[in-house]
Amino acid sequence: MEKLLHSVYLDEEKCLGCTTCLRSCPTGAIRVRGGKAIINESKCIDCGECIRICPHHAKLAKTDLLSKKENYKYKVALVAPAIIGQFKPKYSITEILSAVKALGFDEVVEVAYGAEVVGQALKYEYHAKRYPKPLISSACPAVVKLIQVRFPELTDNICRLKSPMAMTARLVRKRLREEGDFKNDEIGVFFITPCAAKATMVNNPATTEYDKYDLIDGAIAIKDIYSDLSSHIGNCPIQEGIHNTTPESCSWALSGGESEYLKNKNVLHVDGIQNVINVLEEIECGKLDTIEFFEGLACIGGCVGGCLTVENNYVAKMYIQDRAKKMKQTSIVHMSDEYVKSIYNSGMMHIKERILPRSPVPLDQDINKAIAKMKQIEILEDKLPGLDCGSCGAPGCRALAEDIVAGKAKEIDCVFVLKDRVRDLSVLTNELLQVEHPTEKPLNKKD
Amino acid sequence: MSYELIFDVKRGDFETAGEASRKIKHTLQQLGISNKIIRKVSIAGYEGEMNLAIHSSGGKIILEVGEKELILTIEDVGPGIQDLNLAMTEGWSTAGDEVRQMGFGAGMGLPNMKNNADDFEITSKIGEGTKIVMKFLV
Repeated sequence: MEKLLHSVYLDEEKCLGCTTCLRSCPTGAIRVRGGKAIINESKCIDCGECIRICPHHAKLAKTDLLSKKENYKYKVALVAPAIIGQFKPKYSITEILSAVKALGFDEVVEVAYGAEVVGQALKYEYHAKRYPKPLISSACPAVVKLIQVRFPELTDNICRLKSPMAMTARLVRKRLREEGDFKNDEIGVFFITPCAAKATMVNNPATTEYDKYDLIDGAIAIKDIYSDLSSHIGNCPIQEGIHNTTPESCSWALSGGESEYLKNKNVLHVDGIQNVINVLEEIECGKLDTIEFFEGLACIGGCVGGCLTVENNYVAKMYIQDRAKKMKQTSIVHMSDEYVKSIYNSGMMHIKERILPRSPVPLDQDINKAIAKMKQIEILEDKLPGLDCGSCGAPGCRALAEDIVAGKAKEIDCVFVLKDRVRDLSVLTNELLQVEHPTEKPLNKKD
Repeated sequence: MSYELIFDVKRGDFETAGEASRKIKHTLQQLGISNKIIRKVSIAGYEGEMNLAIHSSGGKIILEVGEKELILTIEDVGPGIQDLNLAMTEGWSTAGDEVRQMGFGAGMGLPNMKNNADDFEITSKIGEGTKIVMKFLV
């Protein structure tokens, strides 16, 4: 079986086992055992909901330290478009990118550049025959994993163009290779990430999206460099020409940004993992058969709502829209159709392998045994109170019933069942106390 | 060994419509039924659920899971269907404007069910109700 790696992990010292995260998990991947949360890796999709909701900040995302770049001769930062929403519009995009460079990078490239290439190529990919409709965006890795885990029948609908991040890495490495100053392995490419799911994509070597020419060497969280960036902005040398993207490509950080590239199609864009689930359910049962393209982003507002960002997502959206408006008035960089087409036709934009389902494990491989277990689960579920309180360490009564049948929990993990047992026991204790034992002297008769 | 799931669907109950198909899907996944079949049953089940909510006076969806086949029965109390051949024609519908405005009533329900099932049987009695039995080979 493939090894699944994740970025979301638990700080055991901070976790109080409070069960707050249990029900926030869209795939039911969390249990509390021994007073600590445990994440089931085969179900986790790295959406970051638990990171956001944990009141004790015990859920974290594994990302890289800025210092990791020192292992490379030539250091490149790939900046997610979400970053431009983190700072007030009085700073120009050039100033923000220059501040990233001042952290010690030799070169800063906007992922919005790759986004423009992918966005423009969408109109070609849309017509590829291999997709059932609707075509589903592959931009959000958490949504792609959600589909693999919860909507396995829709995996063939997922667009197989690489993400803007991977595309940008590819184009940068290609240019540097052609310039010939550095060997491929002397170049360190780092993604400045707004979310945990992208960090997983970067750090998960099992991902088939990459080969060594679009390799990304690390993911650095926006929030980890935010304070350094804030002190550099406006106080560091400005590098002209560092910013060369379109207003549309910067809007990929917002829900609906990608859909703008397929304006003349019936597109539906949805943000927030629960909303995405609801709409995917409708797509799955054939209800939304007029939709031609579906863009689902796990975080509210899109990537600006990523769990590794700092600014409130609505404020960040306003900042990005403000800058996009200004860009429209000043510099518009158009990418020629021929350029995009040449990249598209070269094959380097495509993920080569099919995106496969990661279907939930059935109750049993043998259908008769699975049916027997299902019946047991239903009997147990009827016995449980149906409050979904989470005190047992499972997200709900049904989940506890399933865990019990799987041998991973006990009935008395439920505090209500436990209380009933204690009551039964105390009734029995009382009854036994009343019984006179043959060798016992009667209690109330003295002398 | 076989397994049965029963859902009641009320007329005009669009708020909870879709719940039965969702539950059916989840159950079939847990029983290890292949994704391809689950998709077919989901679509047929959803269409059936909608038909009950739109056209009937209420009814039942029954899923039976056996070793070799799944049987999905949609049974209602209702007006019955005047002309079955006509009802099976793509695009033909008696749904009112209100329902059409909600995006339903395109006349694809029954044909869609038939296309997704391996075996499809429909019986209807005017003034009594309609019964559809669909079989899916495992």
